[in-house]
Amino acid sequence: MLKTVKRYLNTLLLYELLKGLMVTGRHLFMRKFTVQYPEEKTPISPRFRGLHALRRYPNGEERCIACKLCEAVCPAAAITIDSEVRADGTRRTTRYDIDLFKCIYCGFCEESCPVDSIVETRFFEFHFENRGEHVIHKEELLAIGDKYEKQLAEDRATDAKYR
Amino acid sequence: MSVSPEKMKPPTAPANVSIEVDGRKISARKGEMLIKVTDAAGIYIPRFCYHKKLTIVANCRMCLVEVEKAPKPLPACATPVMDGMIVHTQSEKARAAQKGTMEFLLINHPLDCPICDEAGECELQDLALGYGKDASRYADVKRIVKDRDIGPLIATEMTRCIHCTRCVRFGQEIAGVMEFGGLGRSEHMEIRTFLDRSVDSELSGNVIDLCPVGALTSKPYRFTARAWELENHSSVSPHDCVGTNIRIQTLRGRVMRVLPRENDSINQCWLADRDRYSYEALNSEDRLRVPMIRRGTEWEETDWPTALEFTVTGLRKVLETHGPESLGALAAPISTSEEFYLLQKLVRALGSGNVDHRLRQMDFSDDAQAPLFPALGRPIAELDFLDTVLLIGSNPRKDQPLINLRLRQAALTGAKIFAINPLDYDFNYKLAGGTVGSPAQMLRSLTGVSGALAALKKSILPAAFTSRFGSIRPEVAEQAMAQALLQGERASILLGTFALSHPQAGTLRALGKLIAELSGAKFGQLAEANAAGAWLAGCVPHRGQAGNSATKGRHTLDMLRQPLKAYLLFGVEPEFDCLDGSAASAVRAAEFVVMLTSFKPSPYRTRAVEYADVWLPLAPFTETDGTFVNAEGRSQSFTAAVTPLGDSRPGWKILRMFGHLMGLPGFEQNSIEDVRKEMNLPAAPVAVPVSFSLATDDSAMTPADEQLMRIAEFPMYAVDAIVRRAPSLQKSADNPPPAARLNTAQAGRLGLENGLTVQVVMAQGVARLELVLDERVPDGCVLVPAGHVETSMLGAHGPATVKEAS
Repeated sequence: MLKTVKRYLNTLLLYELLKGLMVTGRHLFMRKFTVQYPEEKTPISPRFRGLHALRRYPNGEERCIACKLCEAVCPAAAITIDSEVRADGTRRTTRYDIDLFKCIYCGFCEESCPVDSIVETRFFEFHFENRGEHVIHKEELLAIGDKYEKQLAEDRATDAKYR
Repeated sequence: MSVSPEKMKPPTAPANVSIEVDGRKISARKGEMLIKVTDAAGIYIPRFCYHKKLTIVANCRMCLVEVEKAPKPLPACATPVMDGMIVHTQSEKARAAQKGTMEFLLINHPLDCPICDEAGECELQDLALGYGKDASRYADVKRIVKDRDIGPLIATEMTRCIHCTRCVRFGQEIAGVMEFGGLGRSEHMEIRTFLDRSVDSELSGNVIDLCPVGALTSKPYRFTARAWELENHSSVSPHDCVGTNIRIQTLRGRVMRVLPRENDSINQCWLADRDRYSYEALNSEDRLRVPMIRRGTEWEETDWPTALEFTVTGLRKVLETHGPESLGALAAPISTSEEFYLLQKLVRALGSGNVDHRLRQMDFSDDAQAPLFPALGRPIAELDFLDTVLLIGSNPRKDQPLINLRLRQAALTGAKIFAINPLDYDFNYKLAGGTVGSPAQMLRSLTGVSGALAALKKSILPAAFTSRFGSIRPEVAEQAMAQALLQGERASILLGTFALSHPQAGTLRALGKLIAELSGAKFGQLAEANAAGAWLAGCVPHRGQAGNSATKGRHTLDMLRQPLKAYLLFGVEPEFDCLDGSAASAVRAAEFVVMLTSFKPSPYRTRAVEYADVWLPLAPFTETDGTFVNAEGRSQSFTAAVTPLGDSRPGWKILRMFGHLMGLPGFEQNSIEDVRKEMNLPAAPVAVPVSFSLATDDSAMTPADEQLMRIAEFPMYAVDAIVRRAPSLQKSADNPPPAARLNTAQAGRLGLENGLTVQVVMAQGVARLELVLDERVPDGCVLVPAGHVETSMLGAHGPATVKEAS
């Protein structure tokens, strides 16, 4: 009986509404978490797995030796490699394609690479405008690598002791 | 067929000792090596230097096992089993010994698996997983070995070598030429070729399969794929009459390499270089990808309906104006049996019998007496156990390397091998005797052997024989051959590639059969590629499928010497595939020439640009289903390994379409099985009694006074269209540039010297070639290879004049 009266009173006096608004009110004056992307950005881990890149050695030589371990380990079969003997007798790729639609950004390619060649950069804000652009080729991957090399080297150095 | 190889093996002792391995009781033969017994029982012992086909050296020490009552671990590969032996392969002591060996092996082995072609199929890599440590305790400098260039087929990376010496033993024991050897000792030991020579054996590629690490790898395949991503397809190699079982490995619809498929009754675990590396041609730019037709002098690419329409209209026109007899079809011996069958069916349905595959035969006189197909006369596996062999016009080492391998095994176990050859071929075993002489001399030698045999047996030679050859006085060498053949219990007479192309091949065959009959030996022929399949499928002018009677027609030589109006060339490049290179002139005079070919006839290779009217892209053996029949009569079917390149089509489909478009009945086959069922290949060869059709006209073999006898030989890497376009094989030592070869004495008589440019003049044409002194060539002969652009204007074997070029 008393319970019923109490419930009616609460309803009549909008108690629940006010209680809810209290939360709203409290948050109105609290410090905000919203990040104003793209003007502001959240911090990114050195292990972040974004767009792929192929790295070079400091002397400009491409690292990739066409061992095809990344191709073999890729769970989405997103990587396609063709290889041959380069004029200087070394083992090199003639084609290194990644299908970014197939890729699930698991980072296995990076882990399997014996020469730290294929890596995933911190860059994730990419888009395609035309059909077919989702497959990126060796030259593009090397260019991405060249662009982010400083960051990539730093990240790898930071993470080295845990690997 | 007659005797199974097992029955011919020397009797082996029954299982008479009992041993215990890892708690399992196993019975074995006394004296057998432990590793052989455990392998048979399915117990794995790690090993590197042991290989079942090679001798035992026990130098890798990987197979150490614990044997009770032995003070130290013993190598399983060199420990004979004894009664009551108790072996532990996994005990602490055994594991410790194996792990210790592995640690030593890995000290000097580079850690370059990511760039090593062997990775993924590497025995060292596999065993390092089971017996290696996580990290090396060795911190000093690793040993580095210089790589040497050993030829166009094998790539070396000798730092990886673990000195198992399998390649060395292979050369000594199987290939018969010791090309690799261990030079230096201990730390400085190197496996290398003596004086940096190249490796030229016709079986050299097998060391790649034998090498347990990546020290010896395939050069054409180098760095192009990894072992784990390749798809395997079982197939059969078309290049010789052995029917070698192969594995074709493909990646994304492209043939990446060819490996042997083990078959103890044919090729064991070996593969000839020709079978291993010919695939390179199949990926080359030379491949014809779309049908092309000629309009005037211009060649234009077109689609299949247009090309077929064009072909059918062209053929119909010729048939209507000149009658069906004016059509002739030539098939390359590497075609499949199904293709042979449909081709002859098509030609015969059109009313012509002019169909043949024997492009290198000059004498067809004994066609009527020929057996069902040119057979070896016994299973290939029996060749190992022969005790007497007479080779007639045969160079098995280059023509059928895997047959030679078995003959060599026989020779090593005491077999007497004789040869009656036109050239002093380089055998990799010691011949017991024989003669070398001109084609006419070969006949004389054979009559000598028959005469000697008849005298020994006190039997009388057939009348046809005596009336042709008169009375015979055998020479000492011939008597020795006769004696040995008579004494031999398991003897074979083998007619080789040269014998079948001999100007009087029919007489040679008759004499061979006579000798076989007199001595109780088996008579056999080593024909080309799938010749057996062609005979059985009826692709010969005088017989239909399975030897049945059918529309008769002209054989190759007739078709080319008396030109026809229309030719259907099935995979044939007349200038190179025919022994008589000048044959192409007949084709050129024809009104309509259809060429089914896998390769673009480039002006540098064939003159087909001028004489053909339509090129239809034909799928080679990797891209079509088919059947090859080998010399012993074994028919082996295979399926396509990859889809046909570009617009190529399998031959049987093209022929079926032709038949359909020409409105002929019986071309409704929907699958290769339908064709096979219809073809119904008979299995066993039929023995045919000796009958004589001895040639009497010796003019083709008797050069005039000032002339020499030209011997035409197909170099092993010029035998078919595929091999001719395989770049690595073309670069190898077995493919020297064409030259006129004379022996020193003969050259001296003609006043010629080494390196001179000479003209070889034959009735059909003239070739300008370099003169090379070659002591293998007998007096009165000049060896000029066929199958080359430079010699394609010459005829077949025959009188030729050699003079200095002006």
